[in-house]
Amino acid sequence: MLTIRDIVQPETLTEAYQILTKQRTNTVLGGCAFLRLGSKRIGIGIDLAKLNLDQITEEDDTIKLGAMTTLRQIETHPLLNESFGGVLPKAVSNIIGVQFRNGVTIGGSVYSKYGFSDPITALLALNAKVDLVKAGRLPLGEFLARPREKDVLTHVIIPKEEQIASYQSLRISASDYPILTAAVAKNGEDWRIVVGARPQVAELAGKASEQLAQAYAHAKLDSFMVAGEKNEVNEVVEGILEQMSQELSFGSNARGSATYRQGIAKVLVRRGIQEVLAWISK
Amino acid sequence: MDIEVTLNGKKTTLQGKKDEFLADTLRAHGQLSIRKGCNTTCCGLCTVWIDGKPTLSCAYLTFRAEGKNITTIEGVKEEAEAFAKVLVAEGAEQCGFCSPGFIMTVLAMKNELQNPTEDEIIHYLTGNLCRCTGYMGQLRAIKKYLGVA
Repeated sequence: MLTIRDIVQPETLTEAYQILTKQRTNTVLGGCAFLRLGSKRIGIGIDLAKLNLDQITEEDDTIKLGAMTTLRQIETHPLLNESFGGVLPKAVSNIIGVQFRNGVTIGGSVYSKYGFSDPITALLALNAKVDLVKAGRLPLGEFLARPREKDVLTHVIIPKEEQIASYQSLRISASDYPILTAAVAKNGEDWRIVVGARPQVAELAGKASEQLAQAYAHAKLDSFMVAGEKNEVNEVVEGILEQMSQELSFGSNARGSATYRQGIAKVLVRRGIQEVLAWISK
Repeated sequence: MDIEVTLNGKKTTLQGKKDEFLADTLRAHGQLSIRKGCNTTCCGLCTVWIDGKPTLSCAYLTFRAEGKNITTIEGVKEEAEAFAKVLVAEGAEQCGFCSPGFIMTVLAMKNELQNPTEDEIIHYLTGNLCRCTGYMGQLRAIKKYLGVA
């Protein structure tokens, strides 16, 4: 059972960070929907409610998600529905239900580096960054790869470029945790293939992404629109999918075996590539 | 600790521990419609509105409700009764255990979505589980109630 000895609502980020690092058991509280399932003993629970971090804001070249923004805000926000092919609302829309998404926060999901996280998969494909009080601004991929260190995540930053992205996931049933997640994004000449819930946290398939960018640049994907069509172009894509499935690691848990995930990853990434190509051709 | 809220339109002081969740606090305060059906944060039975938004009270720390408007099914009796009549007429009710949370989500959807499609209705209600039925009766009732049948 989760226990919290005391609660504070700091007025500044500096104060929040000082309290967090004062004692090992002090913890920043996100929505707490996942924390409540465990038996963590929290000394001081730090609530960021007074720091105005529950906003989605548009700046000149970025979209900023405050750490306390709920997944439901992300799902329904007009700007995010219009941006990047609506990939972020799509990524969060199958997480449990509306009443769950009204309570859980993007900061809680990202800071905790949950392996099953749908939004981390989409954000990594969009080349997002995170703002932390101590570590400063880091690319999300770098943050995910770093050892866990106490810090206060304040914002998730998405570059407002001409990105188009597709999000895919496979679940045993609607609202369940995903067996696997995948996102494919195209940003200018760059492509990013990301696979999550492997069951480890989402990771970029760097080599496969480069191969995809090269194939697109050399017009080798032009006719890759119809699934299952066996032709030369599909063989190029098959090679990219094979590379992705080899360079990422897959594991087993109650939801699926490593072999199953490896196979499904190819299907989801293929659909992602097809969806992005379909949007480009419109 | 004391938490000052507006509960079903009335200024109320709730008492709860610092690590207490709202479902337990509200039940202790006599709101017996609040039920916890899963213990894994996924069944929707404990749904209440916080500032008008349907929220899982089992996963919402009570202290965060300070200054907020909380609505339980006890606070929307007329609307709940009107919808319950449609539910019964469609034969959608069996044991009724999930009904309070389900009805709160349906009423929230009515406030939030205009003329929702069947897909939108199903999506909005995915977080409300019912273990008696196959959801078809509820879907008929919702469409009839919203006038989108």
